[in-house]
Amino acid sequence: MTPDVTLRSQAQALGQALPPLLAEAEHLAANVVLGDHGRRRAGMGDEFWQYRPAHPGDSARMVDWRRSARSDQHFVREKEWQAAQSVTLWVDPSRSMRFQGDAARPQKGDRARLLALALAVLLLRGGERVGLSGDTVPPRSGRVQLDRLVISLSDEGTDTDYGRPDATGMVSHGRAVFLSDFLGDLAGVEDALARATDRGVRGALVQVLDPAEEDFPFDGRTIFESMGGTLRHETMRAGDLRGRYLARLAERKDRLTDLARKSGWHYHCHHTGTGAQSALLWLYRALERRA
Amino acid sequence: MWTLGPLGFSSPLLLIALIALPVLWLLLRAVPPTPIRRRFPGVALLLGLNDEQVEADKTPWWLLLLRALAIGAAIIAFAGPVLNPRQDKAGTGPLLILMDASWADARDWPRRIDRASALVDEAGRAGRTVAVVRLTDAPQPVAFQAANAWSGRMVGLAPQPFAPVDLAAWVAELPEGGFDSFWLSDGLDHPGQGSLLSALQGKGAVTVFNSPRPIIALRPAAFEDGAIKLQATRLPAADASEIEVLARGLDPSGVERELARAKIAFSAGANVGDVSLSLPPELRNRISRFEVAGVRSAGAVSLTDDSLKRRKIALIAGSDDLEGLQLLSPTHYLKQALEPVAELINGNLSDILLANPDVIVLADVARLSPDEETGILEWAEKGGLLLRFAGPRLAASDVSRDSEDPLMPVRLREGGRSVGGAMSWGEPRALAPFNPDSPFFGLTIPADVTVASQVLAQPDPDLASRTIAALADGTPLVTRRAIGQGQVVLVHVTANADWSTLPLSGLFVQMLERLAVSTRPAAPEASDLEGQIWTPEVQLNAYGVPSDAQNATGVDGVELAKGLPGPGMLPGLYAGDDRRVALNVIGAQTTLTAATWPAGVAVEGLDTVREQPLKGGFLAAGLGLLLIDILAALWLSGRLWLGRAGRVGVQGILLALAVGLAQQAHAQGTDAADKFAIEATSDVRLAYVMTDDAKLNKVAEAGLTGLGLQLFARTTVEPGPTMEVNIEADELAFFPFLYWPVTASQPIPSAKAYAKLNAYLRSGGMIMFDTRDAGIGAAGSSPEARRLQLIASPLDIPPLEPLPGDHVLTRTFYLLQDFPGRQTTGTVWVEAAPPDAAKEEGVPFRHLNDGVTPVVIASNDYASAWAVNDAAQPMFPVGRGYGGERQRETSYRFGINLIMYVLTGNYKSDQVHVPDLLERLGQ
Repeated sequence: MTPDVTLRSQAQALGQALPPLLAEAEHLAANVVLGDHGRRRAGMGDEFWQYRPAHPGDSARMVDWRRSARSDQHFVREKEWQAAQSVTLWVDPSRSMRFQGDAARPQKGDRARLLALALAVLLLRGGERVGLSGDTVPPRSGRVQLDRLVISLSDEGTDTDYGRPDATGMVSHGRAVFLSDFLGDLAGVEDALARATDRGVRGALVQVLDPAEEDFPFDGRTIFESMGGTLRHETMRAGDLRGRYLARLAERKDRLTDLARKSGWHYHCHHTGTGAQSALLWLYRALERRA
Repeated sequence: MWTLGPLGFSSPLLLIALIALPVLWLLLRAVPPTPIRRRFPGVALLLGLNDEQVEADKTPWWLLLLRALAIGAAIIAFAGPVLNPRQDKAGTGPLLILMDASWADARDWPRRIDRASALVDEAGRAGRTVAVVRLTDAPQPVAFQAANAWSGRMVGLAPQPFAPVDLAAWVAELPEGGFDSFWLSDGLDHPGQGSLLSALQGKGAVTVFNSPRPIIALRPAAFEDGAIKLQATRLPAADASEIEVLARGLDPSGVERELARAKIAFSAGANVGDVSLSLPPELRNRISRFEVAGVRSAGAVSLTDDSLKRRKIALIAGSDDLEGLQLLSPTHYLKQALEPVAELINGNLSDILLANPDVIVLADVARLSPDEETGILEWAEKGGLLLRFAGPRLAASDVSRDSEDPLMPVRLREGGRSVGGAMSWGEPRALAPFNPDSPFFGLTIPADVTVASQVLAQPDPDLASRTIAALADGTPLVTRRAIGQGQVVLVHVTANADWSTLPLSGLFVQMLERLAVSTRPAAPEASDLEGQIWTPEVQLNAYGVPSDAQNATGVDGVELAKGLPGPGMLPGLYAGDDRRVALNVIGAQTTLTAATWPAGVAVEGLDTVREQPLKGGFLAAGLGLLLIDILAALWLSGRLWLGRAGRVGVQGILLALAVGLAQQAHAQGTDAADKFAIEATSDVRLAYVMTDDAKLNKVAEAGLTGLGLQLFARTTVEPGPTMEVNIEADELAFFPFLYWPVTASQPIPSAKAYAKLNAYLRSGGMIMFDTRDAGIGAAGSSPEARRLQLIASPLDIPPLEPLPGDHVLTRTFYLLQDFPGRQTTGTVWVEAAPPDAAKEEGVPFRHLNDGVTPVVIASNDYASAWAVNDAAQPMFPVGRGYGGERQRETSYRFGINLIMYVLTGNYKSDQVHVPDLLERLGQ
C-alpha cells in the first residue's frame, strides 16, 4: 500500500468521526440563546454604536462632520467596542479522563471534549479567537479554526495517569478554560494558575467527575487501581472507606474553589450523569463575566 | 438396607463422611473471599486510608453454616435415603391375580394396573409363577406362567365396558393344586362372586383389593311430561353431594359439543338422585348421549336413541270448522293420536316452514298459493314428509286432475266415489292385507275398519308401485311418491271419521308410526326387536368413549331385548330397519350393590404407603444451597454491585429460577414487542415499509436518515434513527409517517395487515407511496404504478387530486411551487379538496382547514434524492451541477414540508385567520 493511500484512508476515517462530534457540539451550542452577547458599549470596533455630543477635549478628528452639519452642535461618532478575546482551552488528555462508571454514561474525557468544542462553537460565532493551550493550535477566529480544534481534540490522549494543566500558549489578558477531573496532584494546577495570573489571564476551572467518583458505591474486599495502573490501594471493606473518601473529595473541591477565587478564576463541578447543557451555559456566563 | 425410623439408607456407610463437616468448617473459616480489582481514578484520594476493622477477612458464620449444610445434604443424598422402605411380604407357590376389569374399574384403571404390576414384579423376585385373569372375559382355563412373561403384558390389559356375567363359571377353570389369590375387585357385587371366592379360599390365601372411591352410574334418560328425566345412582350412599350431567350432541355444523348441563343432587344416605331437564325440541333431538362430567367410565355414559327424539309436526286444516264441533274437525283425530308423542306446531304455512318441521300434515287442503307450493317443495326435497288427507274440498277441486300435481303422489279422478251410503248400491269396503313391500306390512287389520267414501286415483302405469295400502277391491287407500329426499303421502280418505272408521281404530296410530310421523314408545318391547338382526353403529369402550362400530357383527333381536351387554354385545347404538336402539351398561332399573367379603378375607385399599426415594430431593437441596452460597459470596465481596442494570439482572435470575424457563421464553416474546414499542416511541421516528428488495430498503433507510439530518439541522424536529417496519408483524400506530417505496414485485399484504393499515390511516397516520417511475406514460401505466393500484385497492383511501398550488403542503415550512425528488416529472397526489372549498378574502389560498391527507402518492423517487451515506454525503447524484444541487435542496425542502405537515397538521392553514387576528389585536 502506498503511503498516499494510507494517508487518504486515515483522513477519511478521521473525517467520518468528525461530523457526529461537531454536529453534537453545534447542536448543544445552538440551544444557547445569546441574549447579552455583544459588548453593548462604546469602544474600538467597526460597527456604529451612537452619536454623542462632542465634549471639550475631543480632537477635531473625532468629530463626525456629516452629522454635525445637520445641526448646530458637534457630534462624535462612536463605534461599538468589539475587541475580540482570546480564549485558550485545555482539555485533560490523561488516562483518568477515560473512566466511565457506567456504560450508560459517557467517558469523562468525551464530555470534557464536547463541552470544550461547544464552547468553541459559541465563542467563534461571537467572533472571539479560540485555541488550545500548548503550541499546536494558537487562538484564531473563524470557522476553519473549529475544524482544527476538532482534529486536535480527537487526538489520542497521553499515557500519564493524571493530567497537569498546560499553561503555555496563553495570550496575555485573554481567557482560559481548564477541563479536567483535577484528581491528580494539585501542585500542577497551582502552578498553571500562577502563571496564568502573571499574564493577566482569567478563566474557569471545570471539574468533570463521574457520579461513581462522587458516590463511591463500592463494597467488599477491593483492590483499587488508577487507570494507568501506577497507583493501587487494597482494602478489606471498601464500604468503610466511603465517608473518608467523600471528605477528601469535598476538601479537594474546597481547595480548587479557593484557588480559583484567589486568582480571579471561576470553579464549577460537572457530573457526566447530568446533561452537558447546564455546564455549557455556566461556562459561557463565566467567560462573559468581567472578573 | 439400614433404617432409621421411617427413613432407610441404601448405602449407610457413606454417612460416616458427615464426620468431615467440622474439619471443613475450620478449613473454610480460614480462607477469606478473594479481592476484586477495580479501575478507579479516585484512588489518588484513597492512598493512606487504613481499614478500621481487620477481622472482616474471615468468612462469616452463616456462610459457613450454609456451606456445611450443602455438603451435608450432598453426603446424605449419596447415602441413598428412602422414605417408608417397603418390607417385602413373604409368599410361596403360584399367585393368581383376578381383576374384575369391568366398566366400574375404568375410573382408576392405571392404578389397578400399577398395583397388579407391582404384584407380578414382586412374585418374579420371589420366583413365583403368576396367572392374571380378567373376569369379564369368557371363562377359559387358567395356566400359571413365569412372572416376566406377564410383566410385559400388564400394560396392554384394558377394562371391558360391561360387568362380569357369571363368575361361578370360572370355578371349573381354576387349576389344580394350591395357590394364593389376589382379587382386584371393582367394588360391585357380581353374580357368582360368592362361589368363586369360596373356591379360591379352598386353594389358598385370598387377598382382596377394594378401592374406596365412589362409583357413579347414569341410567338411561326417559321422556316424561314434556321433559327429559335423568337418574343417577351411586355407591356408597354417603354424604349429600352433587354431580353434573352433560348432554352432548352434534351442533348444526356437525361438530359434537355440549348442548346442555344439569346438576343431579344426592341427598345424604340416598343412592339415587334425579333431575328433569326441559329443553327445546330442536336441542333435544340433537342429543346423542348424556354423561357425568369428570367420570371416565362406561357406566357414567348413557346413549340416547329414537325414544328421546320428538318429531315436529305441523297440522294444517283446510277449513276452520265451527266451534263446538270438535269431533268433526279435520284434525281432531290426528291431534289425539300425535299429541302424546310429538311436538305439534300450529300457524300459517309460511311461518311453519321457517320452523322446519319433520312432517307437515295437510288435512283436506286443495289449493296452495304458488309461494307456499314452492316453499313446501323445497322443504320436501330436503327430506320433509308431506302427509295429505283427502276430503270434500280435495274431491271437489281439480287438483292433480289432468296432470300430476307436484305435491300429489298420483292423479285423481273427478269427484271421488261413495260406497255403502244410503244412496249407493255397495257395502262399505274393508282394507286389503298389506303387501310385503309396504311399510305397513305386519300390522293386523281390525275387522271393523271400513271405508265409505274415498277419492280415486287415475289408473296410471305407476299407480301400483305408488300404492302402499289398498281396499279390498284394489282401489288405493294410501299412495306415496318420493320428492327428492322426502316424500308425499296421500291418504285417500278424510282424517276424521266422515269417510271411514279408520281414524277411530288403533290401526290409524300404528300406520302413523310406521310412516315415521309419530314417535316410538320409550322402551322397545321384546316383540319389537325379535326377528331382526341389529347392527351396531356406535360402540362404547369401558371409559365411556363412543367410537364408530365399523364392521362389528350384528346382534340377534332376542339378545338385544335382554338389555345386558356382554362380550358379544358391547354397549352402543344398534340400528335395525327403521329405528335405532341404545344399549347402555346401566339399565333403567339397575341399582349398584356393593361387594361383600367374608370376615376371613384380607381387604386392602389403594392407598398403600409407597416407597419414596429421597436422593433427588437432598441433591436438589444441596445444589440450591450452593447457588445461594454463590450469590452470598458475591454479595460479601461487593461483586453483586453492578449498578441498577446488574441488580435487575440478579432479580431476573431469581425470577427465572422461580417461574421456570417456559415463562421466561414467553417473556422474551413480549419483550421483543415491548422493545420495538419503546424504541419507536422514545423519539419521533421516521419509518419506511420493508419491501422485497433489500437494496431498495437500504436506499429508503438512507433517504429517511438524510431527511432526518436536515430536519435536525433546520427545524425543531429531531428524529431518532430511521426504523424499518414490517406491516405484517409490527405495530404501526407509533409512527406518524410511513414511506412506502413500491416495487413491481411487492407481495400483496395479508388481510390482517390491511386491517392494520386501514386502522392506521383512519387514526391519523400518513403513508407516502413512491412508485419511483417519474410518472412516465399515462397515469398508472408503469409496472410499479399497476402494483400500487393492486396494493392500495383494499385500503381506505379518499378521492385524490394532484397537489394544488394552494395546498398546505406548499407552505408548512418552506414556500414551494414544485416537488422534485431525484426525478422531476412526477405528479404528487393528495386527498382532493372538498368541492365547496372557498377562497378566503385577502389570502391567496382556499379555506381548507380540516383533513390532513392520509396518503401522498408520488413518483419522483424522493428517498434517492434524500439518501446520505454514513459520512453524511449524498449517496446518489441529482441532476447536473448547481442546478442539480438546487433540485436536491428543493426535494429536502419538500421532505421537511411533508414532515411538518404530518406533525403539525393544518396548523399553517389556520393562518388564513391572521389578518382577522391582527385586526382584533389592533383594537
